[in-house]
Amino acid sequence: MSTAVADSHDVHDHHGPEKGIKRWLFTTNHKDIGTMYLIFSLVMFFIGGLMALVIRSELAIPGLQFVHPEFFNQMTTMHALIMVFGAVMPAFVGLANWMIPMQIGGPDMALPRMNNWSFWILPVAFGILLSTLLMPGGGPASGWTMYPPLVLQTGNAFPFLIFSVHLMGISSIMGAINIIVTIINMRTPEMTLIRMPMFVWTWLITAYLLLAVMPVLAGAVTMLLTDQFFGTSFFLAAGGGDPVMFQHIFWFFGHPEVYIMILPAFGVVSEILPTFSRKPLFGHDSMVYATASIAFLSFIVWAHHMFTVGMPLTGQMFFMFATMLIAVPTGVKVFNWVATMWRGSMTFETPMLFAIGFIFLFTIGGFSGLMLAIVPSDIQYHDSYFVVAHFHYVLVPGSIFALMAAAYYWLPKWTGHMYSERAGKLHFWLSTIFVNVTFFPMHFLGLAGMPRRIPDYSTQFADFNLVASIGAFGFGLSQLIFVYVLLTSKKGAHASGKVWEAPRGLEWTVPSPAPYHTFNEPVHVDRTVAFPQENP
Amino acid sequence: MIRKTVTGLLGLFWAAAASADWEVNMPVGVTELSAETYSLHMMAFWVCTVIGIVVFGVMIISLIKHRKAAGAVPAKFSHSTLAEVIWTIIPVLILLFMAVPAAETMIKLEDSRKPDLTVVVTGYQWKWHYRYQDQDVEFYSSLARPSLEARTKDAGIDPFTVDNYLLDVDRPLVVPVGAKVRILLTSNDVLHAWWVPDLAIKKDAIPGMVNETWFRAATPGTYRGQCAELCGKDHGYMPVVVEVVEEAAFNEWVASNGGTTDVTLASNQSGLE
Repeated sequence: MSTAVADSHDVHDHHGPEKGIKRWLFTTNHKDIGTMYLIFSLVMFFIGGLMALVIRSELAIPGLQFVHPEFFNQMTTMHALIMVFGAVMPAFVGLANWMIPMQIGGPDMALPRMNNWSFWILPVAFGILLSTLLMPGGGPASGWTMYPPLVLQTGNAFPFLIFSVHLMGISSIMGAINIIVTIINMRTPEMTLIRMPMFVWTWLITAYLLLAVMPVLAGAVTMLLTDQFFGTSFFLAAGGGDPVMFQHIFWFFGHPEVYIMILPAFGVVSEILPTFSRKPLFGHDSMVYATASIAFLSFIVWAHHMFTVGMPLTGQMFFMFATMLIAVPTGVKVFNWVATMWRGSMTFETPMLFAIGFIFLFTIGGFSGLMLAIVPSDIQYHDSYFVVAHFHYVLVPGSIFALMAAAYYWLPKWTGHMYSERAGKLHFWLSTIFVNVTFFPMHFLGLAGMPRRIPDYSTQFADFNLVASIGAFGFGLSQLIFVYVLLTSKKGAHASGKVWEAPRGLEWTVPSPAPYHTFNEPVHVDRTVAFPQENP
Repeated sequence: MIRKTVTGLLGLFWAAAASADWEVNMPVGVTELSAETYSLHMMAFWVCTVIGIVVFGVMIISLIKHRKAAGAVPAKFSHSTLAEVIWTIIPVLILLFMAVPAAETMIKLEDSRKPDLTVVVTGYQWKWHYRYQDQDVEFYSSLARPSLEARTKDAGIDPFTVDNYLLDVDRPLVVPVGAKVRILLTSNDVLHAWWVPDLAIKKDAIPGMVNETWFRAATPGTYRGQCAELCGKDHGYMPVVVEVVEEAAFNEWVASNGGTTDVTLASNQSGLE
């Protein structure tokens, strides 16, 4: 199959992109679609970020100052939905689109028209979701977890919430299918599976996770829809249904979803560390096995989100032990990264800084995750700000830092110019300082007894909330530096094909900026260039 | 306006710093299990701290020594099966070390047999209803008046002037000290969760289901918590207040609320623990 596709593209060898809006509407080019995904996710990142700032403004001091509790709940709900489905997930799909074909030596994604469709569904989905804020009764306010019966009290926004989630799911499923088919079929012949770069490996596993769980989410929200409009009682106790069943189904989706947002981040970090340590990734194969183990375990730990719903003791024990086990492959990953840096020859360009920041801060999020696995303590932490601190540590200096690292790492390959290293470093340092100022005090708030998702709080929580709010504004403003970097990205010096001193991987064998079509024919490659895990 | 806000914020910050409310840790609490929960929490914290010092320590040494600027020449190694085995097995052992005491506490947490007193707690949007199963006393417990007046937008009341702002109710749950109190939880509408950090219990109130939990408070006092499961617009305004009193005071309280006090608490026979 890969040969056939390569042949048909030969005809268009020097065929450039169309001009104007049609290029973007009808494009089937993986690079164009990747760019659109990345820009879309950045826009969503700022919209979701503005909502976070509304939340932090209200929480800066005790008492209600800016918004009503109803609107506050809409903000927490929309912030989460937009950041999860609109910012982090599409950003990783955008990276996959750009980089996977170039890393495996394939000409494009295997299913280019579906690729176009899976992107263009997203603006529609989020247009619908955002429009609910203007509807009578406002947007959804039941949390992104959409627990019944509360979610059934949503106003006119309810069906729009469900349909937008359906659309996001369809987009993700199509993206996942495309990535799997591309990786399996489009590799250049010398690229055996185990030789694939870690970013490709982590995405292959992530795509299977998506394929497995997005339909489960679709099923869960469809049952909500029929409970609301068609008289079913899947989750309504009055009709013989079970509100807790929704939580089981939701988290069967929701826990693998967590790894969908972090496994590609692991991949990115595993690409960047060897480049700037000038040393191969330590334990490439064990990294693959660790990723696969994490993916497997992610399916059998879902109820650790639900230790307070009243489960049988044996059930609680099973989910506690399974959850603790995740620390083992995750630990292997962290140890391997440290071993990659060990006795390397490191330089600290912006991508490397973000990758190192990722390891430090993601590990802190991992520690609080381990603490949360211990059931009796979890009963105290559950639904408190401790949990908010935990998942923001793994998502912001985790997933988001990895995305930033990836953007800086591959930006010269995309634009053909070096970005401003000064601005990039400033972006890193300010982000790192403020992300900790924002989220570290939340551990303390949760331990002291502050529940999450409340618009106002008792005065004893005032101090750390003010600190967190100041940090949030600092973090939000720091992200504008990234916009500056992007806007000035074509002003820097011309980048060579290699860009960095010692990168390995096929993407560095093509010129910068990468031509509109790359690898139209299967390539024979110098192994030391192509396969990062092999010694130079 | 801006200057006023800034000075206001600074003033608040100063006042807050002076009142020393920078609580950073979980309360030890007033029950045997809250103390066990606290020590499990601290054990996990110290395990993570030690691992963190080792891992971050190695990273920091590497960041200092293995810089290109410091003249480091990259080594060529790329794997070591022995190292992989070691850093797989050691974490497993650490996890076992943590799992065993956690499991022991879990077994105790689930053992709600032979209670001295049973209270049926029902969650409503947005208040709690308490019914003492054997004492024939029941009432609603809602946010106390002073907090209610100060909580609205533009109320003009400084929350710092309200005692126990948002953590006070009109009628608290009253229980005797040393008694094993069983809480049966359900809900009238949406999900709620009943949480009192000092008692180390948090359990969801679910419509159509009855959940069970228990505590035995060792020290008289007033213990405050909140609804912990998002339950709509006033989720932040349904506190839980538990007053733990001496048994005589409890009986008096039951009588003054028209309840029957002829139910003998089992702890009278077994002696207070």
